[in-house]
This record gives sequence, C-alpha cells and structure tokens, in this order.
Amino acid sequence: MAVPTKQAAAPSAGPVLTETIRVAVPGRGIRQDLRAIGIVWRRELIRFGRDRLRAVTSLIQPVLFLFVLGTGLSALAGRGMPAGVNLRTFLYPGVLAMSVLFTALFSAGSIVWDREFGFLREMLVAPVSRGAIVLGKCLGGTTVATLQGIVILLLAGLAGVPYSPVLIFTLIGELLLLGFTLTAFGVMVAARITQFQAFMALTQMLVMPLFFLSGALYPLNGLPAWLTVLTRIDPLTYIVDPMRSAVFSHLNITPAALRFMSPGVTWAGWTVPIGLSLGIVAVMGTAMAAIAIAEFRKTE
Amino acid sequence: MATCTDAEPAGVTQAGAAGAGGDRQPAVLVRGLTKRYGEIEAVRGIDFEVAAGETFGFLGPNGAGKSTTIKILCTLAQPTSGIARVAGHDVRRERDAVRRNIGLVFQDTTLDNYLTAEQNLRFHAELYAVPKAAVGPRMRQVLDMVGLWDRRGSLVSTYSGGMQRRLEIARGLLHAPRVLFLDEPTVGLDPQTRSSIWEYINELKRREDITIFLTTHYMDEAEHCDRIAIIDHGKIQAIDTPEALKASVGKDRVQISTADDQAAIAELGEKFGIEAAIHESMVTFSVEAGEQFVPRLFAELGIAIRSVSVSRPSLDDVFMSYTGRTIRDTEASAADAMRMMRQRFRGRR
Repeated sequence: MAVPTKQAAAPSAGPVLTETIRVAVPGRGIRQDLRAIGIVWRRELIRFGRDRLRAVTSLIQPVLFLFVLGTGLSALAGRGMPAGVNLRTFLYPGVLAMSVLFTALFSAGSIVWDREFGFLREMLVAPVSRGAIVLGKCLGGTTVATLQGIVILLLAGLAGVPYSPVLIFTLIGELLLLGFTLTAFGVMVAARITQFQAFMALTQMLVMPLFFLSGALYPLNGLPAWLTVLTRIDPLTYIVDPMRSAVFSHLNITPAALRFMSPGVTWAGWTVPIGLSLGIVAVMGTAMAAIAIAEFRKTE
Repeated sequence: MATCTDAEPAGVTQAGAAGAGGDRQPAVLVRGLTKRYGEIEAVRGIDFEVAAGETFGFLGPNGAGKSTTIKILCTLAQPTSGIARVAGHDVRRERDAVRRNIGLVFQDTTLDNYLTAEQNLRFHAELYAVPKAAVGPRMRQVLDMVGLWDRRGSLVSTYSGGMQRRLEIARGLLHAPRVLFLDEPTVGLDPQTRSSIWEYINELKRREDITIFLTTHYMDEAEHCDRIAIIDHGKIQAIDTPEALKASVGKDRVQISTADDQAAIAELGEKFGIEAAIHESMVTFSVEAGEQFVPRLFAELGIAIRSVSVSRPSLDDVFMSYTGRTIRDTEASAADAMRMMRQRFRGRR
C-alpha cells in the first residue's frame, strides 16, 4: 500500500495508525439493545446538563404557583384551613407534579426536534430495535423530569413540608413513575408529529387542563358532579393524590384535618387505594410506551 | 486531459464488475428490482452489481428512481419485487445484518449539534454495538482520516458545513462498514470544500477496504468513480466506466480559428461533409476521433489555421445523452446553455 503523502505531511497530534482497526460488529441481542437504551438515555442527560436555561425556565412556573399563588391566596383561604396547615403545603404535591409535567413533555418533544434536524434518522437506521430507542428516550425523559422535581423537593421546607427521608424517597418514587408516564405519552404523540411548534402547541393545550383538573389546586371532595367526573378522568389526579397523601401523613395534624385536606380519590363514594392509583398511572405509562414503540416501528 | 486515475485502469474494474474479481461476492447485487408507490412505478426492474472495493456512482435526474433505489439498498424502503443484496445480505429478510454492514451519509445532516463530535461518534458506536475496546482507537482513526481529531471536543454547532460533512463520513465509517453510501456528499458546499471532501474520500479508499456507493449532481465528481450507472425513468440507461461512457457518446468537439472563418465553414461542408458554425467566435464542429482528424484538416483545408482545440465529450454530455434530456449541442448558443442550466437547476429543486 502506498504511503499517503498528505498524511505524512500533516502534523499529527499522536501516533499515526497505519493499520485499519478491525471492528466486528456483533449481531443483535439483549446486550446490544441495552447499550442502545443506555446511550439514548445518556444523550438526554448530556443535553439536559448543557441546557441550563431550560432547567431554570421550567422552574419558574412551579415556583410561581407555589410561592406567589400559595402565599397570596393563603390570606384568603387561611380562614378555612385547619390549624397548622399552610396553603403552600396543600399546593406542594401538585406543584411537584407540574415541574415534572413540563420537563417530561419537553424531553419527549425533542424527538420531534430530532426528526426536524435529522438526528432521528441516525437512530432509526441503526441495527437496533425501535423498542430500545423509545425505551431509552422514555427513561431519559423520566430521569431529567425527576431531577427537575428534585429541585422543587429541595424547597420542601419553604412549603412547610418536613424533610423526612421516607417522605422524600416516596415522593421521588412517585416522581419517577409520573415522569415515565408523561414521557411515554409525549413520545407517543411525538411519533406522529413532524413539527416542533405543533408539538409544543399541542402539549401546551393539554398541560393546563390536566393540571387544573388533577386536584393539584383544590380538594377532590364536595365538587359539583361535572367537575367530579372530569377530575376522575384526569390521569394526573391519580398521582397528585398519592403524593398529597404522602405529604400529609408526615404532618403533625389531627385526623380530622388530614381527612379534610387529603380526602383521597373516590369513585362513587368508594375511596381508591393509593396502590390502585399508582397502578393506574403505571399501566397507562406502559401502555403508552407500547403504543409509542409500535408507532416507531411503522415509520420508514 | 486524462481523467481515468492511473491506479485504477478501467479494465480492472470492469473485470471486477463482471464478477471475475476473485472469490469475493459483489458488495451490492440488484436483480429485477421494482418499487411501486400506488400508481407510480418509481423503479421499473433494474439489475446491476457493484464489485467489492469499487467506487460506484449512481446518477440520475430527480424523480428518476435514484433515491428510491438507495432507500431500498439502505433498508429504508421495501422493494415491491426483485432482489437486492448488500454485503451479501438480503435487504428484505436480513435488515439488521445489512444495517451493520453499511455506513450512511445522507444529503441532510443527521448530527446532534448540541453534542461534541466525540459524543456524536460515541453515540453511534453504542448504537452499532462497536466492541468497547475498539471504540477509542477506531474513533481516533476515523477522526484522523478526516482531519478532525483535534476538534473532537467541540460542539458540532461550531463546525462549518464542510467539517460537519467530514464528521458524518467519519461516523459512517466508525463501525467499519463494508459499503459506504454517500448520498450527495458535497451538496451545498462551496467548490473548495467540495474538493477537500473528495481528498478525504480518496484517502479513505486508499486506507480502508471498502466499497463506496455514491450519488452526486456534480458531473466532475462522477469522474472519481470507477464505474457509473445512469438511471432515468426507473431504469438503468447506461452503466460503465466514465471513460467508456464518454467514448460511447462518440464525437469530439473541434474548434479552430482561421484566416477566413466563413470560407472555412464552406470548405468543411464541401470537402468533409461537416456542418460547422461559429461558436465562441471559433469555427466549431463535432467529429469522431478528433485528434486523428486534425492532421487531415491541416493538410486538406485550403485556409490558414491559426489555432486548434479538441475536446472530449464530458460526463455532462454523457448524462444529457442518456437521460434523454437535451443533448448538449456543441453548437448551442450561450443563451441556450444558460437556459439549459436553469432547467437543470429547476429540475434539482
């Protein structure tokens, strides 16, 4: 083989490799899929770490709700609140859910972004299953959304929520579940949308109703019938309630106050157990992830 | 101007294409391939082979079936009928095996601008499950090859268009594919960058044991190919070495300037039966084997000749003649040439 003259002339930073590195790419298997999941997940973290502005801006809304709305309204609502309970404490679980909501959907939306800018193609032409890519994306979104939630979690004291390890771990677990379900939902939607603006418009349209109907801002008992029905349909209800239940079970308040502040979700008078609530969210997340995988199998 | 590279005589590659290139199976084998989108038959039964190690140019106007064929070969589209095997694997039944053995560089960039070059390559290495121990050295090798090793830590968004394309080529090579598909590798780049990309591609041909399958709109770039196929209306119109294709177009173009051009035109018509015209203020005509004709011209034309130029048909001429579009008429006026160019640009959009 002739010596490539251009190479010899070029000032090389290190030893010039003359031998071609032989690479034998293995066939498809679980290990290959795990590596694919891992790298798609890691990319999500790298990009999140690089986008500090996004991390800060997506904190603004939850913080406004928690401290501005929470503090402002407590003057009004104060009279109806049981002794020793702050309105901010009541709003806290909903605000946690909100911070995850934005980050998870934004993270899922980057699929649309990737499609517009071509990078999605790099993923879709690789010899890995579409399932691995979708799963990596969902787990990546789950992780960054939970990290965002953890920032709000650090502010717990300011909302009158105790820093109990059990409570913190319970809430983190619930944030992970919520993050996964929301990302899966976002990815499922993103599979069919080709423009980032369209995706953002659609999610903006969904976020507020989901949030307002979830019981994040008011207790779920004693509502008019139409609102009762709507709140029970909202999937977010089934995660806000377990989170609120976790928070209030760690407060030093009377059982009457607890029942008043965190009555639980009822279906025609029957109180839905926490486990079932979480199960509903988990099943929805899994189903939407499955639909997302099926959608991506169809493309190209 | 000799266009055929000394290292790759036409005969050798033709032998390879004919299947006599040793025991190696062809890198790409296509038999009776068709693709139908509803009513439209984009590819209408094509056959060709690309020998291992060959640089193969796939040319054709837009909508000729070129993109569809590439999509099928890259497993991005399913053929309606026929066989396509890439690196020995069937594109339909062994999709992942094909994917492991091909590198892809698309027309539009598929890099993540918010990652560094190195992170982009690592992403690729993980997706293609490149053995962990090989990732580092192989990454260094491909980045060295395209001269980007020193810039590996920079975000891709800080790269120029040419650097991004080079990085994509490096990435396409990372998993050591047997066939590299380059779809319009230099589109949208300035001439200087285009030629530098070609330096890297030629370098890569020297260094790697690889088959290159490329499309381009630039006919001067097609000269780099060992063989060229021209596709139009869903069918292969011609397939051969650039030299042979140019020879098949036939006539050379001769331009002379004389003491009396009008008399020369009349003389050419009478003595040689050649139709000549003034073009670019020279007496211009087409003739077979122009170089052999010129001595005769000097001997027999009764008018003093001041200068002579003979030019071979270019690949542009070849393309024009095979795609059934306007054959570039040697007598075409400057205005015609402009119009033709505009048409070609429009066709590209």
